[in-house]
Amino acid sequence: MITFLVRRLALGLLVMWLVTVIVFIIFYIGPGPADVARALAGRDAPPATVALIARRLLLDRPWYVQYGHFLWGLVHGNLGYDYFHDQPVTSIVAQGIPITLSLIVGAAPLWLFLGVMSGVNSAQRPRSFRDRFFTTLALFFYSTPTFVLGVLLILFLYYQLTIHGIALFPGSGFTPLTQSPLEWFRGLVLPWLTLALVTAATYTRLTRSSMLDVLGEDYVRTARAKGLSERRVVYRHALRAALTPIMTQFGIDVGTLVGGTVITEQVFGLPGLGWTAVHAIQEQDLPVIIGIVIVASAAVVVCNIVVDALYALVDPRVRLH
Amino acid sequence: MSTAAGGLHRAEAAAAELVRRADAVPLLEIADLRVRFDTADGSVQAVRGVSFAVEAGHTLGIVGESGSGKSVATQAAFGFARGAKVSGRALFEGRDLLTMSEKELRAVRGARVGMIFQDPLTSLHPMYRVGWQIGEGIRAHDRSATRRETRSRAAELMARVGIPHPHERLDDYPHQFSGGMRQRVMIAMALALRPSLLIADEPTTALDPTVQAQILELLRELRDDLGTAIILITHDLGVIAEIADDVVVLYAGTIMEEARVKDLFRDHHHPYTEGLLGSLPSAGVPKGELVPIEGQPPSPIDPPPGCPFGPRCVYRTTTCALRAPPLVEIPGQLRHRSACVLPTDPVLRQSARAAHRPAVAHGAPQGR
Repeated sequence: MITFLVRRLALGLLVMWLVTVIVFIIFYIGPGPADVARALAGRDAPPATVALIARRLLLDRPWYVQYGHFLWGLVHGNLGYDYFHDQPVTSIVAQGIPITLSLIVGAAPLWLFLGVMSGVNSAQRPRSFRDRFFTTLALFFYSTPTFVLGVLLILFLYYQLTIHGIALFPGSGFTPLTQSPLEWFRGLVLPWLTLALVTAATYTRLTRSSMLDVLGEDYVRTARAKGLSERRVVYRHALRAALTPIMTQFGIDVGTLVGGTVITEQVFGLPGLGWTAVHAIQEQDLPVIIGIVIVASAAVVVCNIVVDALYALVDPRVRLH
Repeated sequence: MSTAAGGLHRAEAAAAELVRRADAVPLLEIADLRVRFDTADGSVQAVRGVSFAVEAGHTLGIVGESGSGKSVATQAAFGFARGAKVSGRALFEGRDLLTMSEKELRAVRGARVGMIFQDPLTSLHPMYRVGWQIGEGIRAHDRSATRRETRSRAAELMARVGIPHPHERLDDYPHQFSGGMRQRVMIAMALALRPSLLIADEPTTALDPTVQAQILELLRELRDDLGTAIILITHDLGVIAEIADDVVVLYAGTIMEEARVKDLFRDHHHPYTEGLLGSLPSAGVPKGELVPIEGQPPSPIDPPPGCPFGPRCVYRTTTCALRAPPLVEIPGQLRHRSACVLPTDPVLRQSARAAHRPAVAHGAPQGR
């Protein structure tokens, strides 16, 4: 277990280092350092100012010097400063993280529950009305764009309710949990629903097919032969074995969403990581983009390690090394 | 003198058995069991009117090739052939399994009837400890059993089926056991609540030959000690010969022949049984003397009228394709019945068979 963690952490660090290299290369051969200095100097700045800025930001030095400087800062916990307000990137990212995490913390259990329960119910009676109902529902939400679903929820559950005097949910904005748990919750219900409904569809289909496989297994027949209740057969025996692919998908989704709840955050005006990333891209604020990419890749790496460690907990046949 | 006394002895024993059997109410009595599965390709007639009985403490072998309905018949009777349409009667300990509620059936399964299956690796849940899996069945039927009690009972059961160091092995997972030990775990699980009937569905097929013999020996020992009746489902007449008292030969969902095991091996009647015996490898039979049954079993979807074995039968007559012969008693033997038009009289049967023998050799040109 320890060797496994050390190995995987080392591999994870390698992956993240590669990510920084790739991001840096894209930046270097992309808009080019000269453009950056010009953009920062302003439209009418004289060339001397542009050159000064370029020198101060090391933009006139070879790429490996710049990369070394960047990496040196990174290992010291310094991701640089944003181009427009001189704020440290770490604090910009740190502001976004709790918001994105709040979104995922509520949405993930919700989509997992909805997806797994509907999938199990579908698999219990394949091709039944119930199965077709959940399949249709899953396909409906799967094919609904997030922004459409989000806007529809806002229209009905915020706008219509509020103009009829039932102001259950705010339309947008974020209240930190530490400030007011109730407001935090109220503000996040609609984004949670949006994210969960869109994501749950995958889990419905995945759980259904995984359960259909497992329900045909010999050990499920053994469980029935023991005279166990159908509920116990389905949940204790079949679902336990069907969980592995669901767990994998869950790890990927959570990891990816840390850096990628872009649309939900946009629709509900939540200034999380996705929202920050979009604004940084619009402004070509490269240090911020790089910072968010690094955080997002770290999330994916960590989630993968956690999922692999969980395999060993769920399935005794899996040996970690 | 001694032979005469021996013959008398045998006759007496047979008479005693006849009397005993007439009195005994069977533990399980299946009557006209029909099982079909409605699929997109049509209605699959898996079992087509099968009747048999198992007496307490006895062993019934059900033999047949894949798809003969031998597994489906018992699984359907105990209510877990999923998606099956089942009709007929299945009296177990005096109650009809087919009219029971799901809840009543669950109380029977695991408690009154235990089951073991072909592949003990896939039949045990890979993610739970074997002690827990054995205990789970106990707790499902005996709510008063504490965790501690079930644990020690599981250990006792494991010791009973010959697993060394049971207390240490309780917390092992199935993949940590060998094939034979896994099947012993399955047997411990099936016998946990002292059922009156054990259904063993190909219990030795997936095991090494030496381990097969050990498992059969264990089953025989447990049957004799606990008085558990056994239904042994297999494609292997050799296994039947080892352990069963009676045997039912199934083909395409119908009974071809049923008899006491010794009668079947000494004096079979049905050509299908003859085929099974001919394709049975055994020590002492030289290479090349195995006779496989030519052809394939009929499709279970919309089976044609007539004897299902007819198309593959070397003794077939024109009537065989028109009407399936009913099961008829073979005179002079106890409960020996066969569904074939061959004469029941042994002498006439021998000459009928002999008359067909040349036709076997030149069978192919004749058919064209």
